[in-house]
Formats: sequence, structure tokens, C-alpha cells
Amino acid sequence: MSKKYAVSKTITQINEKIRAKKAVVLNAREMTNLVKSEGKVKAASHVDVVTTGTFSPMCSSSAIFNIGQQPPLIKTQKLWLNGVSCYSGLAAVDAIIGATEPSDDDPLNKVYPGMFKYGGGHVIEDLVRGKSVRLKAVSYGTDCYPRTALEKDITLAEMRNAWLFNPRNAYQNYNCAVNLTNKIVYTYMGPLRANMGNINFATAGELSPLFNDPYFLTIGLGTKIFLAGGTGYVLGSGTQHNPSPPRNERGIPKLPAGTLMVKGDLKQMNSRYLRGISFAGYGCSLSVGIGIPIPILNEEIAWHTGVADTDIDMPVVDYGYDYGAGKSKILKYLSYAELKSGEVELNEKRVSTVPLTSYSMSLEIADTLKRWIDQGEFLLTEAQEKIEAY
Amino acid sequence: MVSSKEYSRIISLHFSPEVVRRPMMYNLAKHFDLTFNILKARISPREEGHMILELSGKLEDYKKGISYLQEHGISIRDVAQSISRDEESCTHCGLCTALCLARALYLEQDNRKILFDSTKCTACGMCIRTCPVSAMETEANGDF
Repeated sequence: MSKKYAVSKTITQINEKIRAKKAVVLNAREMTNLVKSEGKVKAASHVDVVTTGTFSPMCSSSAIFNIGQQPPLIKTQKLWLNGVSCYSGLAAVDAIIGATEPSDDDPLNKVYPGMFKYGGGHVIEDLVRGKSVRLKAVSYGTDCYPRTALEKDITLAEMRNAWLFNPRNAYQNYNCAVNLTNKIVYTYMGPLRANMGNINFATAGELSPLFNDPYFLTIGLGTKIFLAGGTGYVLGSGTQHNPSPPRNERGIPKLPAGTLMVKGDLKQMNSRYLRGISFAGYGCSLSVGIGIPIPILNEEIAWHTGVADTDIDMPVVDYGYDYGAGKSKILKYLSYAELKSGEVELNEKRVSTVPLTSYSMSLEIADTLKRWIDQGEFLLTEAQEKIEAY
Repeated sequence: MVSSKEYSRIISLHFSPEVVRRPMMYNLAKHFDLTFNILKARISPREEGHMILELSGKLEDYKKGISYLQEHGISIRDVAQSISRDEESCTHCGLCTALCLARALYLEQDNRKILFDSTKCTACGMCIRTCPVSAMETEANGDF
């Protein structure tokens, strides 16, 4: 805490400027250019907030909801929405639906590769779109909750409460996937053609939230964020969070490292930023749009938000033989800038690159959050507990 | 000598059982001087044929060849009409490019959106299987 900074601001001061609509807000890409041209101190004194964004498949996502009661009352024991199993081993009419749960009658991979047309992620999208879904519940019946079966259509508006609750989102860095076998494989990174026919990669590079704050200097429990078109909050680190990965000279992790747990009111969200998805041969999931504002409190934070695509090294892993066997041997590191170019060289072969994260949607999210802050509608919050990172 | 410009199209043909056993492609090449490249061919158990073909030659010859096929009861359509994209649904992630070997779906570098050049599409249908949000659609006849 004894560090002396040339520039020093507080979140309270920045919020005063946001309220007065005088805050200077840049998206992460604009900030990268500014730090490059003006240096970190000048950038820090000029800019108040940097907005980041990502729109990507995030499998560890779910919705927690309460369906409300209608007489006679029920304590739901098993519950389905549009044929997708939910978990209702909670108080009477609370339940959770997970993004990767396929519908009960899905043929799965019996005819390989399965298509996984409809699952938990799709139910969440349908609810947010305002569609009604079929609710089915059964119970054993008690003196206080006599009803044993319930079946009806329900919309998000009719639910008493519903939150998006995601135990692991916004992974800081991720494997790039190739296939070294001589047969196509279908993975959660998409289809991988034989003999390194393609290399699939995720994240939004310099726009991505956790590359812009690699040591979690500002993002922590209580940080208010853009979550799928509404506002949400960071609840702390997510599952599998790795606080101490090997890092490059800029502090960027060289492995999948930091993760976030987030929540937000599902009723505020926009289905443009919350899409049920199907990976052939793998399963169902949910693409989630997340944007995180980073307050530029000093030049160190400004420098971190100056991260460029060329500064991000991503590990290449074989998903043909290695990954499933639990060997995540790193074949090579490639920079995000190389991956973005469309073609990379790997084992003396030109391999075309395939993104999973929508770059244009990620930019749209960073710019939407920027507009909210510019218009004085979105204030920043102080993190109440730091996320471990070193 | 002035030669008319080379014309090339990817088309989808449907054969009735009556013509399915005739050497239509051979006749196209022999009588109309057209080059063909068969991208997909299938005969159903009911002896109906379906073929996806890249047909090239002089425009005049191409037109004659197409008339010849139609006179024999073969229905013809541009493949470009068979596969379409729901623009509202597409998130421009880019995963479809993994299996689009014809490169009809490709990433535009400047604004990083996925473009669909339907003239290059061979209607292989792999994008329908790959697209995570099911934005790629085909007509309901199920031939692709």
C-alpha cells in the first residue's frame, strides 16, 4: 500500500464524474491504442473507466428460480421445464436449471455425433425471450404440501424470482484445440478435423475482461457488471479459479487461470446476449455476454488495460489423444493476434483458425456498457473482497 | 477467335426413377461441351436421384445443357437457394468456418463478421450441424 502513483483516483470520484456525465470512458481496444501512443500515466490521467466485453460459450451457467405457489400447495421433488430436468432439492418451489442439461428424451450420442438440439441453455434463452415453457413437477405430498403433481405453462414474468447464477464464467485465457488423430473429433471446442485440419480458440483477446485486470486489482466480490443485457454482480472467484498460473512478462496467465462467479436478475436480461447453444457430438450449453468496467484508479491499472492482442499467449492442446486422457501437454504457444489472423503455423503446417467467441458481439457489449456509463446510468461499485491472484 | 466467357454454377438436380439410369452427365459433356464436377450424388431406395454438380462452360452451352436436362424431367435449382442463414440468429462467432471446406462461410477481417457467399456453397450441410445457435437452415425436403 506504500506505492506512490503519479495518478490516483477513487471510485467515489469517478462515480461523481459519471453522474455529471463528465467521465471519460473508452472501450478496451481504444485504451490499448491510447496507452501505446500516450503512455500509461497520461492515459491514466485522461481516462476514468475502460469497458471490456466477451460473448462466448460458458458451460458453467445456470438459472435459479421460484415458480410460485397455487393452491393446493406443492413441495416440488422433481421438476422439468420443456422436458429438461431441473434440480429442485431446495425449499418448496425453488429450483435450478443447468445450461448443459439436455432434455430427457434427447438421443444424446446414440447416433454419433448427436445434435443436442435442446437443453437447459435453450430453456433459459426461451424464458428471457418471453416464451412460455411447459412446467412439470411431481412430489410425494406432505401434510403441509398436499399436491403431488403440477403441469402448466409458465413464463419468466409469472415466476416469482429468477436469477442467472453462473458458477464459472469469463475464463482468463483458454486452450486452443487441435486434433492430432486421423479422425474428426467433436468437442466442447467445436468440431476438430483430423490431422490438425483446424485450430479452434476462444476469448475476446484485448477486449476480454480478465486480460485487462490480470491480477484482479479492481474486479472482486460486489463488482457491478453488464450481464446478458442487464446488470449483474461478481460474487467472487469461480470454480477452478487458479490464482497463481505461470504468467508472461505482462502478467498475462499462460494457462486457463482466473474465473468469475456471477449473478444477475434474469428478468432484466436480453436474449441477444444469452443464447442456448448446441455442440454437435458434445452437448448443450449457453453463450453468455459479460462486460466489466475497470476504473482507472492509477497508472498501473491503466497499463494493465493497455494489453494488446500481441501480448496474449494462448496454449495449444491436442484434443484428439491428449485432453481426454488427462494430459494437457502444451504443443505450442500462439498469440491471440496470430490466432485472429485466420491462419497459423503448427508443426510446419498452415492451419486455419476458428473462433468460438464472437468478436463483434464482444465489442458490442463493451460499447453498450460504455454508453450506459457515458449516459450516467451505470455507476461503478467498490469490490468488497479481493479475488486471490499472484 | 472470340470465345464467350466461361460460366460456372453449382446446381442441385433431382431425377425421377425414369431417368435415373440414363447417362445424363456423359451426354452433357459430349453434346454440350460442358465440364462437370460431381460434389454429391445419391440414389434413394425408391430410385429417385439427387445430385449436386458444378457445371461449367460457355453460357450458351450451359443454357442448352440445362434445357436438355429439364426436357428429360430433371428438376434443377441453384444450390444457393438451398442453404440460407437466419441473420437475426447468427452471433458471428465463426464456428461454422471449421467445416466449410468450400469457404462459402468466411470471416471478414475488418469488422470480424462472418459472411456467407452462397455462390460458393456446395450444400454439403456441415454448417447446419456445426452452427451452435442453429442459424443455418435448409429446405425441408431433407435431401442435403
